[in-house]
Amino acid sequence: MARLPDGDPAPADGALPQSAAEGADERAFGVYLHVPYCRVRCGYCDFNTYTADELRGTNQSSYIDTALTELSLAKGVMADLGASREISTVFFGGGTPTILPPSDLVRALHGMRDAFGLADGAEVTTEANPDSIDAAGLRELAAGGFTRVSFGMQSAVPHVLRTLDRTHDPARVPHVVEWARDAGLEVSIDLIYGTPGETLDDWQRSLDAAISYDTDHLSAYSLIVEDGTAMARNIRAGRVPEIDEDLQADMYEMADARLAEAGYDWYEVSNWAKSGLVSRHNLSYWQGADWWGIGPGAHSHVGGVRWWNVKHPSAYADRLREGVSPALARETLDEHTRWSERVLLETRIREGLDAQVLTAEGRQAVAGLIADGLLDAKAALAGRIVPTLRGRLLADRVARALT
Amino acid sequence: MSPRASSPLQPAQTKPASIRNFCIIAHIDHGKSTLADRMLQLTGAVEERVMRAQYLDRMDIERERGITIKSQAVRMPWEVDGETYALNMIDTPGHVDFTYEVSRSLAACEGAILLVDAAQGIEAQTLANLYLAMENDLEIIPVLNKIDLPAADPEKYAAEIAGLIGGSADDVLRVSGKTGEGVDALLDRVVGTIPAPVGDEDAPARAMIFDSVYDAYRGVVTFVRMIDGKLEPREKIQMMSTGSTHELLEIGVSSPEPVPSKGLGTGEVGYLITGVKDVRQSKVGDTVTNARTPAEQALTGYEEPKPMVFSGLYPIDGGDYPVLREALDKLKLSDAALVYEPETSVALGFGFRCGFLGLLHLEIISERLRREFNLDLIATAPSVIYQVQREDGELVRVTNPSEFPDGRIEKIIEPVVRSTILAPKDYVGAIMELCQSRRGTLDGMDYLSEDRVELRYRLPLGEIVFDFFDHLKSRTQGYASLDYEVDGEQEADLVKVDILLQGEQVDAFSAIVHRDKAYAYGVLMSGKLKELIPRQQFEVPIQAAIGARIIARENIRAIRKDVLSKCYGGDISRKRKLLEKQKEGKKRMKMVGRVEVPQEAFIAVLSTGETKKDAK
Repeated sequence: MARLPDGDPAPADGALPQSAAEGADERAFGVYLHVPYCRVRCGYCDFNTYTADELRGTNQSSYIDTALTELSLAKGVMADLGASREISTVFFGGGTPTILPPSDLVRALHGMRDAFGLADGAEVTTEANPDSIDAAGLRELAAGGFTRVSFGMQSAVPHVLRTLDRTHDPARVPHVVEWARDAGLEVSIDLIYGTPGETLDDWQRSLDAAISYDTDHLSAYSLIVEDGTAMARNIRAGRVPEIDEDLQADMYEMADARLAEAGYDWYEVSNWAKSGLVSRHNLSYWQGADWWGIGPGAHSHVGGVRWWNVKHPSAYADRLREGVSPALARETLDEHTRWSERVLLETRIREGLDAQVLTAEGRQAVAGLIADGLLDAKAALAGRIVPTLRGRLLADRVARALT
Repeated sequence: MSPRASSPLQPAQTKPASIRNFCIIAHIDHGKSTLADRMLQLTGAVEERVMRAQYLDRMDIERERGITIKSQAVRMPWEVDGETYALNMIDTPGHVDFTYEVSRSLAACEGAILLVDAAQGIEAQTLANLYLAMENDLEIIPVLNKIDLPAADPEKYAAEIAGLIGGSADDVLRVSGKTGEGVDALLDRVVGTIPAPVGDEDAPARAMIFDSVYDAYRGVVTFVRMIDGKLEPREKIQMMSTGSTHELLEIGVSSPEPVPSKGLGTGEVGYLITGVKDVRQSKVGDTVTNARTPAEQALTGYEEPKPMVFSGLYPIDGGDYPVLREALDKLKLSDAALVYEPETSVALGFGFRCGFLGLLHLEIISERLRREFNLDLIATAPSVIYQVQREDGELVRVTNPSEFPDGRIEKIIEPVVRSTILAPKDYVGAIMELCQSRRGTLDGMDYLSEDRVELRYRLPLGEIVFDFFDHLKSRTQGYASLDYEVDGEQEADLVKVDILLQGEQVDAFSAIVHRDKAYAYGVLMSGKLKELIPRQQFEVPIQAAIGARIIARENIRAIRKDVLSKCYGGDISRKRKLLEKQKEGKKRMKMVGRVEVPQEAFIAVLSTGETKKDAK
């Protein structure tokens, strides 16, 4: 499971330094809610999630109540800071949020609305597993205020899904997409490419299937083998082939070409949308917005302060029961760090980075990056640092060269 | 057993007839230091309460590696048949790189103890030094050490020694430096068989410098053997090679701690301190005389130290360049053979071209720079001196491939060594194969005993400076020992092979090799670099070339993917920290044109793999 970063201690009351309120009016405010449960754990997954219903001191049915306790703490902290404002975007992620009954999710959303208010046209998304939701559930979510659903399709190819330990029937995906659309929800699907054993043909099948479902939005992630996962162990033991990054690059290029053909525009390294229907919540991460992350292991960011909660659901519940902030540690970013994060994040998106933000040294490096085909020359001439297709595949290099 | 001398003889008042000057010739690990320890104890030169193991080995590196780098002399009293004698034990460096120092130490003695491990037999370097001793007409006392070891085979090795030096196996003494067994008899034999020094007591003073060491507190301490006349405190002395004069601040003997004396008389061994701060002002082999009544003729045998092996030393952190310069300036004070001059490498930045007596000398200096001055260094592949004659007749001295002249070459002269390799007979084939692949010619081969063989090869020095010794060791499972000495020059068909990264020449990887091996070198280097240099965001061709002609090529394909695909709210801190770490790593890259080459690539290519070479 992904290790949490090191940081400074966080205060027991969760209070934020006054500096975090600076410029808050100009930043959108979002809420992320983490649901730390799954029916099975996938071999590649390093997210903070648990398959047992009953963990010491907490369980799935009481989870939303616990989360709502943190929400009320958030309300108090933001009010004390003087930075309280309406929520622009909400995102339920996991784990598998739809392992909980839709009524729980709706109850949580209403809790958020009551605490902060929900802006007009707010985007409210939940992730869903194709096999953990049905038409009625989707209707219930839509009725409760959800506007968007993101399905974890991953692949249309059975042997790839098996390697990923995904249990859903790929044939179910077009149906859940249809039901979501009927319920009036915007629909996105997630794909994973570069799974060991997956061929370029396999990937093409998955892409073609996904495109045929005609969703509004699509995310495609190259498989990352994280230390400590079952898949990492299997690769080390030679039971599963190594990841081939060159093949992953081929797959990315194939995805970008097919998706563009089908009318999807890329707007972030791993995200494509039709008709401007981007994930506003995710975009806010890359554009330095504020958000409060609720739930065990959830990360938050408000005005240059990043913090993260204790990971285990039991520890999380214990803290809140005792009236203590679940924040485990935090970091207050200095000017330079905020700047380098900005360069790192904004060079991943279509809108790009304002070239004025770069140092003289960074501006010098731009020419070389254009020459190597990593940055878009036309955009650079217009004062924006935007990666090319190749640059997206080498985004970390672009960031190192510019910071 | 002889009794310990009750009243030691006083320096400056000891007649030559009561003096015995000797050294110990031994291979590393054959127990010389331990034997010396027992002698110090037995003669009472060192009191029991201050005794420590390997008392005479001053430098940490010496003690750790078991190599004596710098020799010293110790005066010990010993009584035989009621007569008291002064024994001067002169320690000799054990390694081939210091042949000249060894020859001067031997010249200070009338006799030598040939010390051989009773479980291992004689080794190549011991043999070389034994020849030197016999050429100097020294009286040899053969001794087998470590007779207490279960694996000892004194009969066999006594016969081997007798076969080498003549005489009977029964003349070979048997001692144990560890237990002290036989050491008193050995001291008696020293008095009995080694001739007393002979010199003209009334002639103007002539003292031969056999060692010169730098001491941080006292400046240079010069060890001398008085050949003629005498020296007294406060006299003005003169170095005969340069004519420079110095005030004699202190004169004395080591026993083994320095003890000032009223002077040194003919045949005696002791030390001089003049306050000079650089060993170059007090050179091994030079003759010291009295400035007021100088001798007419210097003693023969003086030679300037001659570096034979050259290597560029570069700090890994470019900011350490001033530290490296200071460190070399300091080491120079205690090492007359070390030469260096600043050098710039496109790939490695600022460093120094250093000249060494040989490979061990190079290794000792790099090790001291690392250890005593905390420097992280890259050493370029060692090179020798080539004389390159251009078509127009101009002669160019090349100690670095970068000095190799362009254009047409008339001929190239390379240094050659005469080497001796000792090994069990089963490895003769493997050794011959290796030597032949290094352009060696067999001079001769002898059986030292039934199963041990001495092979004599003439080899180009350039062929043995890099990884010859490692190969020799691995092909003989560590059993072979090697000794060499420089023995003239020869013409050779050599070429310079350059390595180019993206068309940019990497000077540190250039090498001068035999034409027949140029292709193999080019293929090996380009292949190695392909493995070691990470993919860049553009394609990087690697080429090996002789002049403009490409002889080998490889290609590092451009990297396609370097991105964290998922970067959401919870990933940002982790991602930023990873980026910072990667940027730190980038600082340790050397830039060749636009190509980032990791330090590790330089180290891996320039080292032989087995970087530590023991002196065996």
